Amino acid sequence: MSHASAGSSAISAVGLRKDYGDRSVLRGVDVAVAWGQIAVLFGANGAGKTTLLRILAGLSRPDAGESHIAGLRMRRSGGRARTLVGFVGHQTLLYSDLTCRENLAFYAKLYGVDHPQARIESVLEQVALVDRADRRVRTLSHGMQKRLSVARAILHEPAVLLLDEPESGLDTDSVASLGDLLRDWTSSGKTALLTTHSLEIGQAWADSVLTLDRGRLAVETPFGCSADAAPAKSNPSPVHG
Amino acid sequence: MRLLSATLAIAWKDVRLEVRSRDTVVSALIFGLIVVVVFNFGLNRSPGSLAPVAPGLLWVAYGFVGVLAMNRAFARELEQGALDGLLAAPVSRDAVFLGKMFGTLSFMLVIEAVLLPVFAVMLDLPTLSPVLGLIILLATIGFATVGTFFAAIAAQTRSREILLPVLFFPVIVPVIIAAVEATDLVLQGGPMLAVWTRWLPLLVVFDALFLVICPWIFGYVFEG
Repeated sequence: MSHASAGSSAISAVGLRKDYGDRSVLRGVDVAVAWGQIAVLFGANGAGKTTLLRILAGLSRPDAGESHIAGLRMRRSGGRARTLVGFVGHQTLLYSDLTCRENLAFYAKLYGVDHPQARIESVLEQVALVDRADRRVRTLSHGMQKRLSVARAILHEPAVLLLDEPESGLDTDSVASLGDLLRDWTSSGKTALLTTHSLEIGQAWADSVLTLDRGRLAVETPFGCSADAAPAKSNPSPVHG
Repeated sequence: MRLLSATLAIAWKDVRLEVRSRDTVVSALIFGLIVVVVFNFGLNRSPGSLAPVAPGLLWVAYGFVGVLAMNRAFARELEQGALDGLLAAPVSRDAVFLGKMFGTLSFMLVIEAVLLPVFAVMLDLPTLSPVLGLIILLATIGFATVGTFFAAIAAQTRSREILLPVLFFPVIVPVIIAAVEATDLVLQGGPMLAVWTRWLPLLVVFDALFLVICPWIFGYVFEG
C-alpha cells in the first residue's frame, strides 16, 4: 500500500497543548512529517519530546489540538489510526516471563496480523534474535530486549514508526542495524519519527529535523538547511541539557 | 468478534504469565489460609458454634484475598510498560478492561475453590451446594469488575497497595452484604425464596451495572 498516495502528511498535528497540573509541557505544537521520511526530534530533557510522541501514538490525550496519522484523526478514529502506528518507548512494552516468540504472537493477535507465524519469523530475523526466540525476555540483555521491542513495533507493518530514543542501550552494531532498518522502512514510502540526544544519529539518519524547546517547536527544517537552533551536521557531540 | 478475540488474548496472556510465575495465586492462597486459620483460632470457639459468623468470615477472607489478586493485575503490566503496548494496540479499551477482568476473575475463582473446602473443614460447614457456587460466581464477578477498575486507577499511584482497598471496599459493600446474607441462608438451610428473589438479583444487577460503567470509564482513566 502506498501511503504517499494518500496525499496528506504521514504525521500531522495542530496546536497540541498538554499540561500536567500547572506545568505546560506542550504549548501549541504544530508538526508535519511527510511520507517516506525519517524525521528526528531533538530537544533538551523536559522539552516535551516523549509527551509529543505519546500523544501521536494515541497513548495520551492532548488538552487542546489535534493529531493525525495518515490523515486519520487520532482521537476520533482510535483503533484505525493506531493500526498505522508502531511505537518504541523508553520501556520495552514486553512481558518478561513470556518468550520472545510468545510476546510477538500476543501482539500479532492484538493487531490482527495476517500469517502471524511467518511475520514473527521475519521480524525476529530483522532484529537478529532468531536464535533467542524461545528464551524468556527476562533472560535477554537490555540491548536484545530493545531490539525485540523494535520487532514488536514493526510486527504489524505500520505506516508510521514512532521511536523514543531507540538507540539507548544498543551497541554500535545494533544502532547501525537499526539505521539500516529505518532506511529500508522509509524507502518503501513509510515514515519514522524518532527522538534522540545523539547528533551523530541525527546526522546519519534524518531527512528532516524538528527541535522542541520548552514545549514549543523551535525549528523545523530538512536536515542540512541552515537554522540557528538546528544541530550542525559537523558537530559530533551529544545534545545536553 | 474483534472485542472477543482481543479480550480472550489478554486474559489468556495473564493466565499464561500466572502459570509461569505463580506469584499471584500462591501468595493469595497462603494469605487466604492464614486468614481462615487466624479467624478460627482468634474467635476461640468450637467449630460448630462458628456457624452464625461463618458466612461473614468466608466473604471477608475472599475480599482480602481478592485485593491481593487485583493488585497484581496491573502491577505486571507496569513492569516493562507493557500497559502502553496494550493501549497502543488497535483494540478497544473495553477489550483491555475485560481481558484484565477475566484474568483476575479466573485467579480469584481458583483461589476461592481451594479455600472453600478448607473453610468447610475448619468451621465444620456443609459447602457442596450449586446455589452457593452461583453466589460465589456472581459475587466474584462483582469483585473482579470493581477491583480491576480500581486496580487500574491505583496502579498509576505510588501508594497502590493502600489505595486499592480504600477505594474498593466501600463500593463493594452491596456485594458483600448480598453474598453474606445469601450464603448464610444456604448454609443454615433458611428460606431459599429470599436468596432467589432478593440477594441473587441484587448481585446480578450490581454485576450488570458495573460491567457497563467500568469499561466505559476505563478508557478515560488511561488517557490522562
